[in-house]
Amino acid sequence: VTGPAQTLDCRGKRCPLPVIELARRIRAVPVGGTVTVLADDPAARLDIPAWCRMRRQEYLGESAGEDGPAYTVRRSC
Amino acid sequence: VGFQDPDRAPTGESLLDTLSKTGSGVLAWGAWAGGAGGAGGSTGADPPGRPRRAGPAGPGSATVRQMAVYLDAASGVPMHPVARDALLAALDDGWADPGRLYGVARRARLLQDAAREAVAQCLDARPDEVSFTASGTHAAQLAVLGGLAGRRRSGHRLVHSAVEHSCVLQAAQAHQAAGGAVSVVGVDPLGRAAVDGYAAAVHSGEVGLAALQSANHEVGTLQPVAEVAALCQPAGVPLYVDAAQSVGRLPVPPGWSLLSASAHKWGGPPGVGVLVIRKGTRWASPWPAGEREGGRVGGFPNLPAVVAAAASLRAVQAEAAAEATRLRALVDRVRSEVGRTVPDVQVVGDPTDRLPHLVTFSCLYVDGEALLLELDRRGFAVSSGSSCTSSTVRPSHVLEAMGVLSHGNVRVSLHRTSTEPEVTAFLAALPEVVAELRRTAGVVGL
Repeated sequence: VTGPAQTLDCRGKRCPLPVIELARRIRAVPVGGTVTVLADDPAARLDIPAWCRMRRQEYLGESAGEDGPAYTVRRSC
Repeated sequence: VGFQDPDRAPTGESLLDTLSKTGSGVLAWGAWAGGAGGAGGSTGADPPGRPRRAGPAGPGSATVRQMAVYLDAASGVPMHPVARDALLAALDDGWADPGRLYGVARRARLLQDAAREAVAQCLDARPDEVSFTASGTHAAQLAVLGGLAGRRRSGHRLVHSAVEHSCVLQAAQAHQAAGGAVSVVGVDPLGRAAVDGYAAAVHSGEVGLAALQSANHEVGTLQPVAEVAALCQPAGVPLYVDAAQSVGRLPVPPGWSLLSASAHKWGGPPGVGVLVIRKGTRWASPWPAGEREGGRVGGFPNLPAVVAAAASLRAVQAEAAAEATRLRALVDRVRSEVGRTVPDVQVVGDPTDRLPHLVTFSCLYVDGEALLLELDRRGFAVSSGSSCTSSTVRPSHVLEAMGVLSHGNVRVSLHRTSTEPEVTAFLAALPEVVAELRRTAGVVGL
């Protein structure tokens, strides 16, 4: 499942699982690639950007996914 | 003084036994829990000597329970010995209706006046500006909704910071639901409210009331109360300060028009709030209020608790400066050591301009509830702003407004009986607990 733009479905998963799964998945994309996390736990809105700051990854922002919010992160290191 | 003797005081366990006793005219809890359907189950009293709680059995567990380290002063502190003495004395001496005209009533009235005088003095207010309520939340709601009602013709807008206590936010929602307007002022990453935001709002000309807490209850950051008060005064906007976290610990900055506080945060009994309305501030009761407490609060006052609250406020205020210095040093230690001994931790809130007794941090990849339960199992009582630890789905609105990590959150808050060895024990246990939870979740090295 490696590729430059991946989607991670974390709908129905509670904090901190979406962040943990993002941290695992980011290793599978090349530097410059992105992971988009679908997460309906409201804490993800806070914790994904906070994780990006702590791990020096680039937070590209939130968009409306098919079924709730989606958060996109670009691997920068 | 006999009632100071702990051997003679009823313990929580014996109170529970008293409450569940059968054959003494008191209904057993079991009979209630059995349900109206009477579908079998427990109908009688529980056996005496019920287990204290479900927990790890085995040797030593009772000792751990007994030695539990209480680090959640921001939720409420154990009663100050002065409050306990005052409460027991006032139960005998202050039970009558202070509004009546016979001997025992006059005695109660004297106690009530003395309590009001003491609280007024501690808050730098006049006695007739002070009212007692049934809780800090009740006082906050009266301050917000009454302050807005009194200024109905001048402005319908409430402006408050994004990090106010939920009781203020709930009052704001009620105001909005009744057709009022609300502006929310944002905070910086340390949790400090933007003075500019208040400036813009109060100059709009439609603000009925501004609200700003003295200090944040979750992260400890002190708010710019004096600056915001200086903006409000020339604009003719009254400022309400929720001082629940700072009264008894720090002086309240001047310039406010309304203030509220809560006795169980300073060592008084639970169930006593304080509402202060400065002379000349327009205020109208949002609820039917009658004649008690200057027409501001409905209902018969819990005078013994009020007396105890006032006595303990006087006592803690006398030792506040020394306590602040002592606790500040302990909190400084927690702030620096947690950051050093726990990997991937975010210590939040202002490192210097803060409450002396409170520190909050978030541990990456850790489930907040699991963290609290494991700390409790090891004998440490702390609180958390992580959503997975509360009944709500949303993370703490304070952490959200600050834009900091919300999971794995722990709030440690100290009080007058907190000791250095207790803090040392907590700091020794925490890295182990976090590491263990991370190992279990398989997130090591992420």
